[in-house]
Amino acid sequence: MPTRTIANKSIDVDAEGFMTNYKDWDLEVAKVLATEEGIAALNDRHLIVLNFMRKEFETKGDGPSIRKLTKESGVPTKELYELFPGGPAKKAAKIAGIKKPHGCI
Amino acid sequence: MKKFVILGAGTAGTIMANKLAGVLSRDDWSITVVDRDETHHYQPGYLFIPFGIYSPRDVVKPRRDYLPRGIEVVMAGIDVIEPEQNRVRLQGGRVLGYDFLIIATGARPVPAQTEGMLGDRWHKDVFDFYTLEGATALARRLKHWEGGRLVVNIVEMPIKCPVAPLEFSFLADWFFTDRGLRDKVEIEYVTPLPGAFTKPKASALLGDFLDKKRIKLAAEFATGSVDQGAKKIVSWDGREIGYDILVTVPTNMGDEAIARSGFGDELNFIPTDKHTLRSKVKDNIFVLGDATDLPASKAGSVAHFQADILFENILDAIDDRPPGAKFDGHANCFIESGFNKGLLIDFNYETEPLPGKFPLPGVGPFSLLEETKMNHYGKMMFRWVYWNLLLRGAELPIEAEMTMAGKRR
Ligand SMILES: Cc1cc2nc3c(=O)[nH]c(=O)nc-3n(C[C@H](O)[C@H](O)[C@H](O)COP(=O)(O)OP(=O)(O)OC[C@H]3O[C@@H](n4cnc5c(N)ncnc54)[C@H](O)[C@@H]3O)c2cc1C
Repeated sequence: MPTRTIANKSIDVDAEGFMTNYKDWDLEVAKVLATEEGIAALNDRHLIVLNFMRKEFETKGDGPSIRKLTKESGVPTKELYELFPGGPAKKAAKIAGIKKPHGCI
Repeated sequence: MKKFVILGAGTAGTIMANKLAGVLSRDDWSITVVDRDETHHYQPGYLFIPFGIYSPRDVVKPRRDYLPRGIEVVMAGIDVIEPEQNRVRLQGGRVLGYDFLIIATGARPVPAQTEGMLGDRWHKDVFDFYTLEGATALARRLKHWEGGRLVVNIVEMPIKCPVAPLEFSFLADWFFTDRGLRDKVEIEYVTPLPGAFTKPKASALLGDFLDKKRIKLAAEFATGSVDQGAKKIVSWDGREIGYDILVTVPTNMGDEAIARSGFGDELNFIPTDKHTLRSKVKDNIFVLGDATDLPASKAGSVAHFQADILFENILDAIDDRPPGAKFDGHANCFIESGFNKGLLIDFNYETEPLPGKFPLPGVGPFSLLEETKMNHYGKMMFRWVYWNLLLRGAELPIEAEMTMAGKRR
């Protein structure tokens, strides 16, 4: 398992760059991960989504689907795609420091 | 007298009714099965209807003919399940109490979930083939079509039989080649997944098939709306794809009755233990088939494997023992690839589809992850197997638990 230094912290990630221990995450780490995903600055709306993802992961052990995000975080689908261009569920999971969502079969 | 109630008499509910009727003594148990209508549809057959290979007659049979004698069959809509009271309210007012409940209410396409899908051109230029009405309307349209852009689209995962839209695309390539129209038809496959399928090895292989058959792939396209006037689908992030005929697989959801009962997830699927198939709602409720929220394929073959496991666990539950059998996510799907050939994939929660021979290691007669004529015969034989063996809960020569024998990594 590769280890990276992000925001002066040593952090384990999987082959695709998803953090393997979500407890190592903080806002500084999120900012670096966001830049790597092409998101220059995190605003309040981003943070609502990231916090929802982390809460969901903590209770369910997996990231939420986009449908669940929309329904329960209150951020509409269209906005999710604007906030995290190119795939909100995956991208937001990466920046939120949780494992890659199992998603669909 | 103890009461067993099964909700839904589709693939899963019918199998379970047959299995349980065989072992539960009528002196001690009553079995009641509920479904909303009298006809059982062989849904895998919908795939062949648009191309005139099957007609509605081939896929619709009387439901009661496949249910065992000596049980009560109630034809009524399920209104709401009340786990705390151990009872189910039916539309029309009847209330059924139970000691054990199996929910097998399946999944269905819900086109209304997508903005613009149910416009004036629904079943005129925009079709689904996951319902008998959609598949027959599409058959009429394709019969006289002279060519243009055919877009095959999955709106959102999960869907039942996730290979069906690929099969549809392969068959369309064959159908238009056969009619001498292939050069006038552009086929594009539009999916929210990163590639042709969910599992990496199969996805790469099926992606090559799309190339070979000159079917364009648009991946990671999450459909947001349909613009029937401009004849295009628009993704949530603003990409647009134009069509002359759109064949879509709408969002698949569990039944409204699950939402009304208040325990479904965001798609009305029921939280279920992925190994024991016991619901997370209450210990005397079990869930089978497409109605579960399991990370397994939603397919008839899966419902069949699950039924073997659930049958054992229910006998345990009746004896007040913890459920002993574990479902491993086993799925086994024939993939029709056109020109009288087919593929076969076999996989579970842990192991992705691998090449090899099936079901007899080294012998077959079917080949895994390989295109053969024999696999096509398997697919066509499945209809007979479904009506005559599978629904009756008979033993098939395939174990519920996936095996690695005969497979190559
Ligand atoms: C186009 C297509 C192709 C497919 N191809 C294949 C294939 O090749 N191989 C394969 O293995 N599988 C295939 N499948 C999938 C397969 O048909 C399903 O996975 C299988 O039927 C699931 O069984 P089930 O019992 O869970 O649901 P269903 O068979 O759908 O049964 C659910 C039942 O519950 C009843 N019900 C639901 N809600 C209520 C209510 N509120 N009140 C009363 N009754 C209710 C319904 O009327 C229905 O009879 C295909 C499906 C489609 C659509």
